[in-house]
Amino acid sequence: MSRAEASEVSEASEGSRASGISEVSEVTDVGVGSGTAEVVGLWKPSPLWALGLLRNELVTTLRRWRTLALLGVLAAVPVLVGIAVKIETSDGASGGGGGPAFVTQITNNGLFLVFTALAATLPFFLPMAIGVIAGDAIAGEANAGTLRYLLVAPAGRTRLLLTKYATTLAFCVVATLVVALSALIVGSLLFPLGELTTISGTRISFGEGLGRAFLIALIVAASLIGIAALGLFVSTLTSSGIAAMATTVGLLITIQILDQIPQLHAIQPYFFSHYWLSFADLMRDPVYWDDLFRNLGLQGLYAAVFGTAAWARFTTKDITA
Amino acid sequence: MAELSTAEPDTGPATGPEAGPDTVIATRALTKRFRGGQLAVDGLDLAVPAGSVFGFLGPNGSGKTTTIRMLMGLIEPTSGTARVLGQAMPRATRTVLPQVGALIEGPALYGFLSGRDNLLRYDSADPTADPRTRRARVAAALDRVGLTAAASKKAKAYSLGMKQRLGLAAALLQPRRLLVLDEPTNGLDPQGMREIRSLVRELASDGTTVFLSSHLLDEIEQVCSHAAVMARGRLIIQGPVAELAAGARGLLVVTTPDPGDAARVLKEQGMADVVVEEDRVTGEPPDRDLAEVNAALVSAGVRVRGFGLERASLEDAFVALTGEGFDVAG
Ligand SMILES: Nc1ncnc2c1ncn2[C@@H]1O[C@H](COP(=O)(O)OP(=O)(O)O)[C@@H](O)[C@H]1O
Ligand SMILES: [Mg+2]
Repeated sequence: MSRAEASEVSEASEGSRASGISEVSEVTDVGVGSGTAEVVGLWKPSPLWALGLLRNELVTTLRRWRTLALLGVLAAVPVLVGIAVKIETSDGASGGGGGPAFVTQITNNGLFLVFTALAATLPFFLPMAIGVIAGDAIAGEANAGTLRYLLVAPAGRTRLLLTKYATTLAFCVVATLVVALSALIVGSLLFPLGELTTISGTRISFGEGLGRAFLIALIVAASLIGIAALGLFVSTLTSSGIAAMATTVGLLITIQILDQIPQLHAIQPYFFSHYWLSFADLMRDPVYWDDLFRNLGLQGLYAAVFGTAAWARFTTKDITA
Repeated sequence: MAELSTAEPDTGPATGPEAGPDTVIATRALTKRFRGGQLAVDGLDLAVPAGSVFGFLGPNGSGKTTTIRMLMGLIEPTSGTARVLGQAMPRATRTVLPQVGALIEGPALYGFLSGRDNLLRYDSADPTADPRTRRARVAAALDRVGLTAAASKKAKAYSLGMKQRLGLAAALLQPRRLLVLDEPTNGLDPQGMREIRSLVRELASDGTTVFLSSHLLDEIEQVCSHAAVMARGRLIIQGPVAELAAGARGLLVVTTPDPGDAARVLKEQGMADVVVEEDRVTGEPPDRDLAEVNAALVSAGVRVRGFGLERASLEDAFVALTGEGFDVAG
């Protein structure tokens, strides 16, 4: 391999660059030729090794006390809602109106606790947990100084950012499933299970209800893609994990409030939270897809815009922390 | 050698910055101005020969860490270029950095992970590190720095010395061609310093080039074959340590009960900067046979108890070059 080819390799895309590393090392070894350098030239790194960081990041994130505490809080919400509904209805009262969606149906069917719990956590608890994880993703590493060591490892800035985003998205799924599973367990313990009535009034089997519950959980997880990207972008702006987390959660609250102000009607469809509660449309028969797709499209838009912004920022940033 | 001693701070490096094939680090006019306007590194021309233990010396704030960050691709130079292992940084980080181990401005660890898990994480961050040998390499690195017994302890329970050693272990996870160690003995007790120094010597004897920054002169004198001296972001001088120290000429010391007469005679003999302290007369030795200087003293009736040259230290060289003490912050 000539030196010209070697420099081509170093300019090629990231994936192919990884596989070319051993050859490049051999070329440069000729110049210096120290004992240890020959060892470097021997092995060929597999492109799959690049996934090692993702695996480590997933495990490391799930092992942190903070992550476990967030998941614990999320798991507790369905327990509290379930117990509250049980107490409320045990003295024969009809449960009255109000409360999150589906709450009145829980006493008839424990499966509705899943929908209620997701509806109760989606506006704040779930996105707050995502905001903490996403906001801390880069800023927390900068804060601890570990960012510079990851980068000289070398993790690669794009790869590190993708790893962080993938881990945040995985956390979205895990967090949502924790809420759903906790609700399913509590619901089945406290209330009867069985056939259920959709919002449209039709009856569906328990099996199909369970399927829709799973689909809803996935849609709820996907609803968090936008705030995850936003949090990641904020995370690249500062070297303080706390500041990034607080900013992200602050943005979440601000958007939620602005989404309630009628005068802002014209821009509200662009708020990442605007179509969040469209997941209830999955409980219609037939399913009403319009707002669901609008929600997914909006989340994709946020991921593209803020993902790109995070990438542009992080790949050119001076790492002085 | 003589020209080294006369080099002015402003004339730049005495050794040229030519980047031959045996140059592991080569910078040209490397400059970093931070956004606040602070000029941290100013036109640096550095040439680190392969196989050397290169001391990068300068008081706090002189731009050592900023230089190292530019070499490692962490920050973008404002102007100038840096080549590491023959390739331009920061463009070639992916191919260069797997062959470089680095300790930058102290260790940084995940306190909630054990020492071993910290190393596993840093190793998995390197896409060229073979996962099949990961555990074995981590164990070997822990062993090398003497942390095997503490490997399962959480890193937040480590002492500063242990953290420093774990940071070094992270730099030793793979065979490296270059080790960049930024003040590796900072904050350590004398015992810890000795341990790190002997480790550095050991690594260097394996053929690894070591680039070691320090604000401690004796540290550089003890372990380095080459050195560069920084002050206020500028390179003052670089070259083999022996030449640098020799560049600052030794001191002629005369011990005598007649210091006044001695000083007069020595001045007549051409000694400059004569200083009298009780029974000691010191100064820059004249350019002539010292035996004749001594004979002149004796024939003038000066009773001489001691007569000799004190070898200059790197510190003398530094003071001679900058005209200021060493612990001045830039
Ligand atoms: N992120 C930064 N922003 C602004 N100035 C900085 C930054 N980092 C370092 N400096 C300044 O650059 C100079 C050199 O600092 P540094 O490279 O850390 O010196 P050293 O490592 O030799 O102690 C100092 O005056 C310091 O204040
Ligand atoms: Mg420093």
